[in-house]
Amino acid sequence: MESAQNNRGKKADGKPAKLSRDVQTRLGQQLRAMYDDVVNEGVPDRFTELIDRINGGSKDRS
Amino acid sequence: MPMDESVRKAVLGAVPSLRAFAISLCGNVDRADDLVQETLLRALANIDSFQPGTNISAWLFTILRNHFRSEYRKRRREVEDSDGHYAESLKSQPNQIGQVEFREFREALAQLPSDQREALVLVGASGFSYEEAANICGCAVGTIKSRVNRARTRLAALLDIDCVDEFGPDQTTRAVLASGE
Repeated sequence: MESAQNNRGKKADGKPAKLSRDVQTRLGQQLRAMYDDVVNEGVPDRFTELIDRINGGSKDRS
Repeated sequence: MPMDESVRKAVLGAVPSLRAFAISLCGNVDRADDLVQETLLRALANIDSFQPGTNISAWLFTILRNHFRSEYRKRRREVEDSDGHYAESLKSQPNQIGQVEFREFREALAQLPSDQREALVLVGASGFSYEEAANICGCAVGTIKSRVNRARTRLAALLDIDCVDEFGPDQTTRAVLASGE
């Protein structure tokens, strides 16, 4: 199912065209922005509680 | 059998990035958080198999990725139906990227084959080297490079990015971003 859209990023020989540095930079920036938006939410309480519940002994110890 | 405090901190420290990776895999915040929880349970049950001094983040990513592949891909159609959930989870939008552009990017990313998407995210966002990403995905380094290249090309096509002039940042911003690559 090679659509016209699919082929746009390819050269005639079917190999992916080389993207310009600017395009790669921009894609990378968008990807990291999306990713970092989640990372910046930090650790939700449920995970801290989960680990401490399973790991109960270590809190008593320290 | 409690873990060392240093291991506990390292595991917790990896959670934000694990969540971001999980969301990129399954496109749904609630499922992603369940996936992270299952990953942590598996990791803690097998903490003895972790070798201190090695990269605990890569170890956790491997567990998460394998669990997703074995359990979640079966439900892929359902799992990737991500309308709304993801957007709701995003408390802030990056300043330099418009809301529409941001949404379009997420939709394009979701259209990539999952092997390409995970390779792109591991290398392009999680900060793993090609070698680390290859270990996490259980494939050759060359395969990861190929998947990343195909992912970028496909994304550019889906987003109709042929020319950088379509983008927002000016020359100075781009120069800064490029130097940070």
